[in-house]
Amino acid sequence: MPRIGIFICHCGSNIAGTVDIEKSIEAARGFPGVVHVDEYRYLCSELGQDLIKKAIEEHNLDRVVVGTCSPRMHEVTFRKAVTEAGLNPYLLEVANIREHCSWVHKDIEKATPKAIALLRAAAAKAALNDPLVAPSVEVEKRALVIGGGIAGIQAALDIAEAGYIVDVVEREPSIGGRMAQLEKTFPTLDCSACILTPKMVEVAQHPNVSLLTYSEVEEVKGFVGQFDVKIKQKARYVDPVKCTGCGICYEKCPAKTPSEFEMGLAKRKAIYVPFPQAVPNIPVIDRDACLYFRKGRCQICAQECPPQAIDYEQQDQIIERRYGAIIVATGFDQMNPSHYGEYGYGQHPDILTGLEFERLFNASGPTGGKVVRLSDGKPPKKVVFIQCVGSRDKARGMNYCSKICCMYTAKQAILLKEKVPDAKSYVFYIDVRTAGKGYEEFQRRAAEEYDVAYLRGQVGKIFPESDHLMVHGVDSLSGKTIEIKADMVVLAVASVARADAPEVGRLVGINSDSYNFFNEAHPKLKPVETHTAGIFIAGACQAPKDIPETVAQASAAAVKVVGLLSKDMLQGEACTAEVNQAECSGCLYCEAVCPYSAISPVEIEERYHGGTLKRTVVEVNPTLCHGCGSCTVVCRSGTINLKGFSNEQILAEVDAICLQR
Amino acid sequence: MRYRYFPGCTLKGQAKSMEDTAMAAAAALGIELIELDEWQCCGAVYPLYEDELISLLSPVRTLAAAAGEPLVSLCSACHHVLKRAQELMQRNQDARHKVTDFLEVEYSGEGRVLHFLEVLRDDLGFDKLTEMIKKPLEGRKVAAYYGCLLLRPSKVMQFDDPENPTIMEDLLKTLGAEVVKSPYRTECCGAYLSVTEEGVASDTVARIIDSARQAGAEALITACPLCRYNLENCSREDGKEPIKVYYFSELLAEAMGLPGESTGADGSKEEVAQR
Amino acid sequence: MIIATGKSSLIDEMKVQSGQNPAECYQCAKCSAACPVTAAMDLLPHQVIRYLQLGLEEDLLKSKTPWICASCFTCAARCPRDLDLARMMEGIRLSMLRRREGNKFGPADLTPEQLEKLPQQALVSGFRKYNK
Repeated sequence: MPRIGIFICHCGSNIAGTVDIEKSIEAARGFPGVVHVDEYRYLCSELGQDLIKKAIEEHNLDRVVVGTCSPRMHEVTFRKAVTEAGLNPYLLEVANIREHCSWVHKDIEKATPKAIALLRAAAAKAALNDPLVAPSVEVEKRALVIGGGIAGIQAALDIAEAGYIVDVVEREPSIGGRMAQLEKTFPTLDCSACILTPKMVEVAQHPNVSLLTYSEVEEVKGFVGQFDVKIKQKARYVDPVKCTGCGICYEKCPAKTPSEFEMGLAKRKAIYVPFPQAVPNIPVIDRDACLYFRKGRCQICAQECPPQAIDYEQQDQIIERRYGAIIVATGFDQMNPSHYGEYGYGQHPDILTGLEFERLFNASGPTGGKVVRLSDGKPPKKVVFIQCVGSRDKARGMNYCSKICCMYTAKQAILLKEKVPDAKSYVFYIDVRTAGKGYEEFQRRAAEEYDVAYLRGQVGKIFPESDHLMVHGVDSLSGKTIEIKADMVVLAVASVARADAPEVGRLVGINSDSYNFFNEAHPKLKPVETHTAGIFIAGACQAPKDIPETVAQASAAAVKVVGLLSKDMLQGEACTAEVNQAECSGCLYCEAVCPYSAISPVEIEERYHGGTLKRTVVEVNPTLCHGCGSCTVVCRSGTINLKGFSNEQILAEVDAICLQR
Repeated sequence: MRYRYFPGCTLKGQAKSMEDTAMAAAAALGIELIELDEWQCCGAVYPLYEDELISLLSPVRTLAAAAGEPLVSLCSACHHVLKRAQELMQRNQDARHKVTDFLEVEYSGEGRVLHFLEVLRDDLGFDKLTEMIKKPLEGRKVAAYYGCLLLRPSKVMQFDDPENPTIMEDLLKTLGAEVVKSPYRTECCGAYLSVTEEGVASDTVARIIDSARQAGAEALITACPLCRYNLENCSREDGKEPIKVYYFSELLAEAMGLPGESTGADGSKEEVAQR
Repeated sequence: MIIATGKSSLIDEMKVQSGQNPAECYQCAKCSAACPVTAAMDLLPHQVIRYLQLGLEEDLLKSKTPWICASCFTCAARCPRDLDLARMMEGIRLSMLRRREGNKFGPADLTPEQLEKLPQQALVSGFRKYNK
């Protein structure tokens, strides 16, 4: 029989004002197993805690129930107190008679029996409490950042500056991401490369950072503190040690293919760096475009390379490393608007997406920085911008607002006016959304100082006619339909999750929303955490966002990683699921519902009628388990129990509440 | 290839030439079109209010009469009404029970409902049709005019890309014509507004014809008698070269070397639209 | 202008019979931009939905616009809110026609020339849309 002590807190008048303490004590004395009952004005005070500690010693208590405020408030305090008196902390039970009782009731006659019932339930559960020990995990002091855009770069720099080793894995041959494709950035119009390139160089040269470009994560195993990751470093066919970055190879290469960096508007060579400021400045050979790999002839790059860095025999490498924490910063894509037949994207060279138009401003872009029509090379005099192409569209697009388009459209209209002073811009919009520091002012400048005509309405259809695009739209404010003989149309297409985001999510073990953006653990209070401990997210892989927000989120994720890596050991969760394998039927329902991938099937051998029988059951990895209890609910044979919240314990509580005696 | 055929009223009247030429072509192509024994007008417009069940009686009766066999029509409006009535019968159980109980027929949305163009594209195949072209329309600059009813709503009609359809251009290519793509080929001609608001239809028609002419077309094809009527009769006198309007089947028969002549949408023998 | 706050039987019925909820419209006006026959309308298509949102039933019944709509379905094909305005237009027309006071057009309105030349399809659709 356990020896339970019950301690009731007055919490000033917070509890005592609505709960009759005397009556409660009287009742508690009669609970099974209770050998000692006491009360105190403020149990959480030092004197209150001493009272409990002394009682444990004097009365040889092996279970303690406190009738106090919510366990969210002081469970930790009282667990510490009982530990100091020599008890396992999980032998303490809290009856919440403040938030669950005194605060929500006025009538002392009714609140008192309820408080007694809550105390009786807690005592019944405490009688069944087992001592629990939380597992501890050693922390690998190294972080992995997946994605080398501005989010990944910022996060890596912050982690490195805090003194920890960090690896950045980037799929493309260079870091830089989307920001590297931009000409200028709103609302200050500073040149994107001018502010990004120094960061790219800094991260590449930082002694704590290793860049793994042209690489992809293949496998993630393990758990917080000890993620075992396989990374495939794709063959560049260029020896990075010998290569001087002189560029003769891609100058001489005869094979051309559309450039991904230029959104297909220009060609690149088969051996290439994606853009002039690429980091690292080491070319790669695109096997699918290379004449030597395709036809076995050419090798001009190898012949021309002064340090003889070309190596056609190079193989993909698999790198296996352990990391304590991971940041996912894999960015976003543009929606392809071809399915909006009325806009004719892909059918006419002068109908562009926002990012394609952006490249026309860039000095190293497809037009050498001249803003001209791709159809005839003439500067456009009338440009129509269409907002919300694929955003806020539940019929053919995405339900959400892509957030950045209003601002980059205003930016592009301003830049256009600077490059082509006699150009006129028309912006068809549904709502102008410019929440952000200096944003509204910026957009107003476009309308007021740069002669950009904002038309509240949408475009019905674009009809290509001889040398122009006839845009049929409407201005709903004046109630007039509008036809514009445009030279160029720019579609502000939706920002969407990367096509392979669900795959990446599965690979690292984090989940996504219905649009395939990665889910944060809490929409307000845990914006960079995921539901998987030790894995964090930053940037536009979580939702469409602009550069300042991305950078802020990256730094936030870095702080979380640094906090984690600063610990030598991590205390795991003591209240984890455990399975009685003898009763497990191997249905694997629990594996399917576990949000933390903590449950896995395992084959066991059993003796059966003299022979042995192999069958599948599950096992729980206690370091991955968060104790959410989902598995216990779906378990068909009722054989998974959550430690500290076992079926027996919960039923005992229910019985104690329902049965008066 | 055996199909039940629903002509619809206009094909027995003003648009007889569409039926005659299509039937001749079908026979030559081994496409058996068996006219339904008893049929009545489809109603010409699909009722857009879901309690307008009375307007569904005729199309549902037609659908049930096909008895599960593929049902083909030539007129865009008939095809539109039949296809959408079928979709409602599949989707709305309550409407289905009311209509079929009233008609005392069994029908629950089964059977393929096809436009003859779909038969040519999907069942016969334009490749196969190429072999049957005896007098290709060489040098003839022809644009397709789709109008509304074949294409929209695309989720129900599932005929072609609603904004960038290709089926009629593919047919014209097969017939050996020089295909002209006109940007206004999916814009409405004004439909029944020509009955009450002729001025409105004149505006829409003017745009369609100007656009086709600018693109270099000398002729248009359509699959809808009302489109053809509007294109021929609602255009304003502008002193420019008139543009010929044909039913797709007329050019099909011509390219296949079959006898037949083009008539106006009003049944007159005028070859050329009055402009 | 006083905005109707009471119940509108037209709008309530329309929601059920057309399956369209005007509240889902955010007034991007793409319908008006796409409509081929706005020139003859006294209210643009998006304004019709706005009037439905505001409960301006009487104004809608006086408007010419629903009678100009040619049911070409271009608005519905391009609506980002997946609304079918052609069905709402039909609702306004029907509510007039069903009162048996709104027949817009009858056989007597046809000229002999029209009777001779119009394809049967045009006559049937005209009567279906404009007459009860």
